[in-house]
Amino acid sequence: MKLNLKVWRQRDSVDKGRMVNYEVDADEDMSFLEMLDVLNEKLILAGDEPVAFDHDCREGICGACSMVIDGQPHGPQKATTTCQLHMRHYSDGDSIVVEPFRAGAFPVIKDLVVDRGAFDKVIQAGGYVSVNTGSAPDAHATPVSKVAADRSFAAANCIGCGACVAACPNGSASLFLGAKLTHLGEMPQGQPERYERVVNMVETHDDAGFGGCTNTGACATACPKEIPLDVISQLNRDYLKATVAGRRNRG
Amino acid sequence: MTDAHTTTPVNYSDYETGEPVVDKAGPSGPIETRWERRQFGVKLVNPANKRSKKIIVVGSGLAGGAASATLGEAGYQVSTFCYQDSPRRAHSIAAQGGINAAKNYRNDGDSVYRLFYDTVKGGDFRARESNVHRLAEISRNIIDQCVAQGVPFAREYGGLLDTRSFGGVQVSRTFYARGQTGQQLLLGAYQALERQIHAGTVTMFPRHEMLELIVVDGRARGIVTRDMISGEVETHLADAVVLASGGYGNVFYLSTNAKGCNVTASWRAHRKGALFANPCFTQIHPTCIPVSGDHQSKLTLMSESLRNDGRVWVPKQLGDDRGPNEIPHDERDYFLERKYPAFGNLVPRDIASRAAKEVCDEKRGVGPSGLGVYLDFDDAIQRLGRPAVEAKYGNLFEMYERITGEDPYKVPMRIFPAVHYTMGGLWVDYDLQSTIPGLYVAGEANFSDHGANRLGASALMQGLADGYFVLPNTIGDYIATNNLDPVPDDAPEVLEARRSVDDRVETLLSINGTRTVDSFHRELGQIMWDYCGMERTEEGLRKALDLIPELRREFWNNVKVPGTGAELNQSLEKAGRVADFFELAELMCLDALHRNESCGGHFRGESQTPDGEAARDDDNFGYAAAWEFTGRGQAPVLHKEELEFEYVHPTQRSYK
Ligand SMILES: Cc1cc2nc3c(=O)[nH]c(=O)nc-3n(C[C@H](O)[C@H](O)[C@H](O)COP(=O)(O)OP(=O)(O)OC[C@H]3O[C@@H](n4cnc5c(N)ncnc54)[C@H](O)[C@@H]3O)c2cc1C
Ligand code: SF4
Ligand code: FES
Repeated sequence: MKLNLKVWRQRDSVDKGRMVNYEVDADEDMSFLEMLDVLNEKLILAGDEPVAFDHDCREGICGACSMVIDGQPHGPQKATTTCQLHMRHYSDGDSIVVEPFRAGAFPVIKDLVVDRGAFDKVIQAGGYVSVNTGSAPDAHATPVSKVAADRSFAAANCIGCGACVAACPNGSASLFLGAKLTHLGEMPQGQPERYERVVNMVETHDDAGFGGCTNTGACATACPKEIPLDVISQLNRDYLKATVAGRRNRG
Repeated sequence: MTDAHTTTPVNYSDYETGEPVVDKAGPSGPIETRWERRQFGVKLVNPANKRSKKIIVVGSGLAGGAASATLGEAGYQVSTFCYQDSPRRAHSIAAQGGINAAKNYRNDGDSVYRLFYDTVKGGDFRARESNVHRLAEISRNIIDQCVAQGVPFAREYGGLLDTRSFGGVQVSRTFYARGQTGQQLLLGAYQALERQIHAGTVTMFPRHEMLELIVVDGRARGIVTRDMISGEVETHLADAVVLASGGYGNVFYLSTNAKGCNVTASWRAHRKGALFANPCFTQIHPTCIPVSGDHQSKLTLMSESLRNDGRVWVPKQLGDDRGPNEIPHDERDYFLERKYPAFGNLVPRDIASRAAKEVCDEKRGVGPSGLGVYLDFDDAIQRLGRPAVEAKYGNLFEMYERITGEDPYKVPMRIFPAVHYTMGGLWVDYDLQSTIPGLYVAGEANFSDHGANRLGASALMQGLADGYFVLPNTIGDYIATNNLDPVPDDAPEVLEARRSVDDRVETLLSINGTRTVDSFHRELGQIMWDYCGMERTEEGLRKALDLIPELRREFWNNVKVPGTGAELNQSLEKAGRVADFFELAELMCLDALHRNESCGGHFRGESQTPDGEAARDDDNFGYAAAWEFTGRGQAPVLHKEELEFEYVHPTQRSYK
């Protein structure tokens, strides 16, 4: 099939950037990234620069790929990262617009590559259990109910891609943040630091340039791992408890 | 110039055998107490001194992430590097099935000794017993550590950890988190790492690629990196260097590895004197989604657990082009069940892969390319009902459908073997120290624990054992016993290393030929798959040893790398990696050629039992082959580490 691509090209972080049209021949078994590989091979041989984009696992798990396709982060298919989107969902003659994830906290580095370092900063603020290596009790010392473990897993499933931020009109990372707080908050091991964690992580989230949450729900719709919106409710509940009720016991 | 092609003085395959290489760090005596005794023998670093000691860790996967966090907790100044934009994206994230540990929570007869035994045997008697025993001991601490970090492992209704049996072993010792165990374990290590970054003990350098090792007075003292955004070439100096840079399966171009996985860090160290051991030991995983066309950029693994309920078959008749559902049961060849009645569809990976290749070689393969076999759930659905199958494998079935567009509840899956893991790697002693003092190697990048074949769910175990528990202990001994003077930024060795990086970048950019990096990589991968893949023969390997240098020469004369070195340049990154793959590929073929026996993942056509199974030759090949680099395209020198089996007696594996 012949496709008309409109791709965001931007030399570096200071360049203004622009949309550029390309034609590419694709095959229905290709993944979206393989279609871009074909485009890039063509560009290189023609003496042009290939389109830069982040990717690594191409299995939907590393969270590296990050494109807005026809206005949707990771494209049209539900619960699917860009690398797992396949061209059989397109037909001959289609036009496709490809842009980077855009958000205040994710500056563009080049073409479709953005800087998501702010996510790591949010985790640094408390997205962990403070145990040193070697100090752990036997794994069976603390039973964890299957329900809690499953809920925790569903949130821990977040791949840190940033689609939620790109989808949010405010550029908020509340879904990402709520996912980590729920992952740790559902486990007994996460309890001792629970309230301190939420305060520190929210503070860092705001300082990193992410916007506030106004409950549009766009994040959960875009999320390739279907992180449920109620992780944000948990975030809000814990935050309220920690601040208003003065449950912040340390620091 | 380092990378210009020079004519080969000696035929590459006319290698010489040098002095044996010996593990001097591992204690002898009763195996149960070797690790304890080694830990006691390790000289300790005064806690106050740790703060002034610098350690570089290349890699943020399970091995590198765990090591960085633990070394940071211990008080060292750590600098950690990865090529991704965040340490959380290291390739370990993609591991699916699970992690082994000898907890014996099931009371099914498991023990440290049994895990040790299974791993030595599974590795087809080509691993060092001491290391494997330590791995089995530590496996228990890993699960404790990960649970304490809040890793959401699968649990039973009573609240205790669930386990499953995996990869053809008879006990249930594999802990898991759905089909995303690697992800959850890596996030645990990543979070511990981020905690240390916050505490200021670890400095993280994402999007930094190590391109050279700095060796001063024979010791590893630093690395040269390229900042992948600005292109800046930087020097980082330290008291010791740890490589935890993963495996080299991408030498085959198509593999289940992430696209960026590479051998560069290890290869640069190899060129500087670190021996590379058993490079030809590669694991080919039987259940991957087949190639769909020339555009294919990587292969996707379908979890091995599918073989618990799926049945593998091809049509009995040659040229049967009916759809799978039109072929009646008695016209199907369930070839694993036929050939291996005792284990059936659950035979180990290498055996299942080779059997699939055999039927495809007989032209009975299925799918458009003929390179595929069916994995059928028809019987399982009839026996257990669709909901039960859905509960067990639902997410895998969805993934399959997303990629192929076919519904495996209705049409059998098509699978084919793919390169998955590399057992070979830099040679290390019991302390995980390479042959360059001060250079340590952890995780898939070393050769240490899996011999000629890795058992399922054992790579995650090894990465975390190395990173959390082994390396942080053993590296202290080196630091405590070697009081190293600081290396000046302008030491000749530093300048030389930087110059070689600059030269290489410049050369790659200036060739301006007519072929893309990917086109070379694909061609190299095809050569490796054809001649150094599931079955290797002298004739094929010799052919590959002719083809590879020819292609490498063309690469250095005709590759086209657009753009400049002073910017984000993904073609340049790939070019550097492929350049190193060329040299590694040659060594892999030589290693495969010299090892005229079949063992584990290495099957030599010339070394078979009368019924076509792998025939090991312990008398002549009961050693690890560690190769010394002597120059590109020049015959390397072989150093043998003789392996002793005091506990597990070598037997021929049989799954009939
Ligand atoms: C699809 C798949 C499924 C698997 N499933 C299982 C399983 O169920 N159980 C199991 O036990 N094993 C499994 N494995 C194997 C296992 O995942 C790996 O062997 C293991 O995770 C490797 O960990 P590592 O820390 O050694 O390396 P990696 O996780 O590969 O990390 C390498 C690190 O090195 C960095 N790096 C590499 N080169 C450079 C360089 N030049 N400069 C700077 N940084 C560099 C990378 O950025 C990365 O941070 C699976 C593998 C695959 C491919
Ligand atoms: S919450 Fe979803 S969209 Fe946001 S980073 Fe995590 S996986 Fe991506
Ligand atoms: S490339 Fe890893 S999630 Fe898409």
